[in-house]
Amino acid sequence: MTSWFLFAAATEGGLFDLDATLPLMAIQVVLLTFILNALFFRPIGRTVEEREGFLATSRADAKQKLAQAQRLEADLTSQLKEARQKAQSLVVDAEQEMDRLYRSALAAAQAEAYASREKARREIDRESKLALDQLVADADRLGDQIVKRLLAAT
Amino acid sequence: MVPLPFSLPFAALEVGQHLYWQLGGLKIHGQVFLSSWLVIGALLALVVAGTRKLERDPSGAQNLLEFLWEYLRDIAREYIGEKAYRDWLPFIGTLFLFIFVSNWGGALVPWKLIHLPSGELGAPTADINTTIALALLVSLAYFYAGLSRKGFRYFEYYVEPTPIMLPFKIVEDFTKPLSLSFRLFGNILADELVVAVLAFLVPLIVPLPVMFLGLFTSAIQALIFATLAAYYIGEAVHEEAH
Repeated sequence: MTSWFLFAAATEGGLFDLDATLPLMAIQVVLLTFILNALFFRPIGRTVEEREGFLATSRADAKQKLAQAQRLEADLTSQLKEARQKAQSLVVDAEQEMDRLYRSALAAAQAEAYASREKARREIDRESKLALDQLVADADRLGDQIVKRLLAAT
Repeated sequence: MVPLPFSLPFAALEVGQHLYWQLGGLKIHGQVFLSSWLVIGALLALVVAGTRKLERDPSGAQNLLEFLWEYLRDIAREYIGEKAYRDWLPFIGTLFLFIFVSNWGGALVPWKLIHLPSGELGAPTADINTTIALALLVSLAYFYAGLSRKGFRYFEYYVEPTPIMLPFKIVEDFTKPLSLSFRLFGNILADELVVAVLAFLVPLIVPLPVMFLGLFTSAIQALIFATLAAYYIGEAVHEEAH
């Protein structure tokens, strides 16, 4: 342990001993710059920038796809709504149709029943009238005969 | 002086001593290069492991690297601006990663276990040569950025908003690298010294809080250096809205 700070006090050595180390170190660092540029900065930069580009394009792609999907979804939803409405109106139509058919069938059946009942009643009326007429005629004839026999007897 | 019953293995403290290598007629600090190679090796190992097969769904080390990339890109984009940051991201990022791994390597790797004939291993950024080299690179970078983007119109920057600013802006060109290099150098060296001195005085427990503080400082210094470098470059390429 001599002195710690040999500020170039000796003929050789010292902290501020400048010599050919300086330019050689500079050349070495310049060479290192070129080597690192070729081995590190350029390939890594290319990789990172390619990835950034890839991410940007995939993002744009995904956004576009999402928009397309949303458009499709809205489209399908409106179609579905339309179809539901159509189905609903079809059901209503069918119900009305059925009701109408039922009513007309019922009316026809009622009318037919009424008609046949009417006809039967007219038949009965006609027969009873006929029978009544017959009876009246018979009664008249019998009355005449009775009258004739009584008159004859007296 | 009472002799200790056992010799402490971490007790020696050397500052300002270097392992000199001769390179032609030039002297260089061997320990700085050794540790910087380890730092660069660690960085390259991480990078190679993380980019071996890149996937869209990241896993393992790729996650870490992507996090780092985005962190550095945010710094560069925020301070340099949307138009020019791509050109300077590798430089800013390399500065940050190199300084950060150097600082943390200096604090976390048990360098003392490796004995050198002279000097000792440590963070490469604790050597003034490294920090001045980095700071001068930043100066060159912002001059180059300004001139290449705006041509000689770059020098309008010196007289905006008023020509009174000219001397200050010229002085700034010198103080920028000076402050960058000395801030980094001083912080990292001071951290290493404080830890070493505390470890020298009280080898157990006591240095731990300072070590954690050192890790925090190291990370902050790397961020500050990279942020300021980005800011200077951004200032140079900034277009005034006329």
